[in-house]
Amino acid sequence: MAKRGKRLNRSRGGDIVMFCILAFFACFMALPMIFAIGSSFKPWSELFTFPPTLLPRRWTLNNYIDLFQVMSSSWVPFTRYFFNTVFITVIGTAGHIIVSSLCAYPLALYRFPGSKFMLAVVRLALMFNPTVLAIPTYFILSSMKLVDTYWAILFPAFGGALGLYLMSSFMGQIPTSIVEAARIDGAGHWRVFRTIVMPQVKSAWLTLIIFQVQALWNMGVGSTNTGNVVYSEQLKTITAVLQNITQGGIARQGIGAAITVLMLSVPIAVFIITQSNIIETMATSGLKD
Amino acid sequence: MEAQVVKKKSYLAEYWAYNKKEAKKNRVLCLFTLPYFVLFTTFLVAPVLIAIYLGFTYFNIIEPPQYIGWQNYIAMMTADDIFIIALKNTLLFALITGPVGYLLCLGFAWMVNELTPKVRAFMTLIFYAPVLANVWIIWKIIFASDQYGLINGFLIRWGFITAPIQWFENTNYMPSIVILVLLWSSLGTGFLTLIAGLQNVDRSLYEAAAVDGISNRWQELWYVTLPYIRPHLLLAAILSITSSFGIGGQITALIGYPSQDYILQTIILHVEDFATTRFEMGYACAMATLLFILMVGSNKLAQKFLMKVGR
Repeated sequence: MAKRGKRLNRSRGGDIVMFCILAFFACFMALPMIFAIGSSFKPWSELFTFPPTLLPRRWTLNNYIDLFQVMSSSWVPFTRYFFNTVFITVIGTAGHIIVSSLCAYPLALYRFPGSKFMLAVVRLALMFNPTVLAIPTYFILSSMKLVDTYWAILFPAFGGALGLYLMSSFMGQIPTSIVEAARIDGAGHWRVFRTIVMPQVKSAWLTLIIFQVQALWNMGVGSTNTGNVVYSEQLKTITAVLQNITQGGIARQGIGAAITVLMLSVPIAVFIITQSNIIETMATSGLKD
Repeated sequence: MEAQVVKKKSYLAEYWAYNKKEAKKNRVLCLFTLPYFVLFTTFLVAPVLIAIYLGFTYFNIIEPPQYIGWQNYIAMMTADDIFIIALKNTLLFALITGPVGYLLCLGFAWMVNELTPKVRAFMTLIFYAPVLANVWIIWKIIFASDQYGLINGFLIRWGFITAPIQWFENTNYMPSIVILVLLWSSLGTGFLTLIAGLQNVDRSLYEAAAVDGISNRWQELWYVTLPYIRPHLLLAAILSITSSFGIGGQITALIGYPSQDYILQTIILHVEDFATTRFEMGYACAMATLLFILMVGSNKLAQKFLMKVGR
């Protein structure tokens, strides 16, 4: 048995070459991010210097202070927007993961009537352009009297196609023998699902959390299909409001840079938390068929 | 003749009886699927079906839709020059950013997966960062058309050019810049899915493979890893197809809408134009349906390729 962390079939030279390739591209990927964060700390005068600098010469928090001033002058209290965003993101993510994993369990692990058909439909639904779905979705929501409520955003988020496809493709890799064994030992479906299947596919739903949080958190940024179903100011999300602020033109450039960083910070935090958990799971799983 | 009909009926009846029995046996499992099934059908399948139907109508959102048969599709092919440009661009972008982006996803996911856990988490973040937030504004600054643009600034300073290049207005540069930026941001959903999939590969398989005579990392990748993560490869292919055929918003964010002479028009942009500003919903739905068919076709093709992996 090889020591954990050390892998077979790996030459030292190959490892070094690969790391160099990765490091090179990583710089390329990270550069614009560093620029974004740097810009948010630049004083107004430095935003337009020639040639532009990656990091500010004189660090300042003025952009953030300005941003909070603009925020506090809005007529709906800013905490309300913040609550809306957090509420929609948390409920939308949790709901989608629970509902789609529950459905993926019978489809992936049992010979369930119509499971192949269902997966094919989900696969097709993934590929339809969401822009033209805005109007039909609006009709359906309004016929159910759901327009301008939280549910207008949450229900479509629950029924998304990606979650089911992702969960079922990961659940399909669980050896059926372990599920059968648990069933024979008398565990109910709910118990098998909760204590055996879900821990096995932890990396799948942790990844799904990232996708869903990111989609819901950034909702309102140029999205046509969800921006229209909620129009009360009291129900709007922080993203939509921050976007309105940046549309103030050149005088708001500094605030715009601060907003970019602020919007980045939450998905990044979620990302770090979930990714570090994925690694933990893999260290403890030792399932063999 | 009559006997045949009767026989057919009984087959059907038997089939339903069988399904009923199965459903009764698995009542709990049916309950499991119910919430998703209801939500998925109401808020995704139904809108898709309505949109496909609207493609055969004239519908301006205010008046009720009028059925006009294939006229939208005929108009698309014969009377709309910009649609033809959009179709060409969409296919071009999909052909380049689709496969290249997919291979980048796979390649980087595999390389990142080789790293030690802490470095891996950090690297994943760096590679996923472009997708995490809308940072298109950065590229606008880099390629800005005046001398404040990063690239123009350096080119002038080093004496390559004397006047700033109009990156986003010059039709020679536009497509390549857009493709570069698209590739930069292509390590998205598919990349994370593949990383999660790679981390789920059973370690004992590698040990068994080493015993069986697999002697380097390339063989291990081709014969062990890729076949094992095939379901995730298929999912990543779908995601890659959706994003590469769905290019549009990124172009608007970079160079505004519409581009010079509609030279960078894509189907998605055309759909959005007709759906949200011209209110010709029927025509927009017809275009979206055509795009959908293109995507389904290329997905079939991609699946065929992926089935050959590891053989």
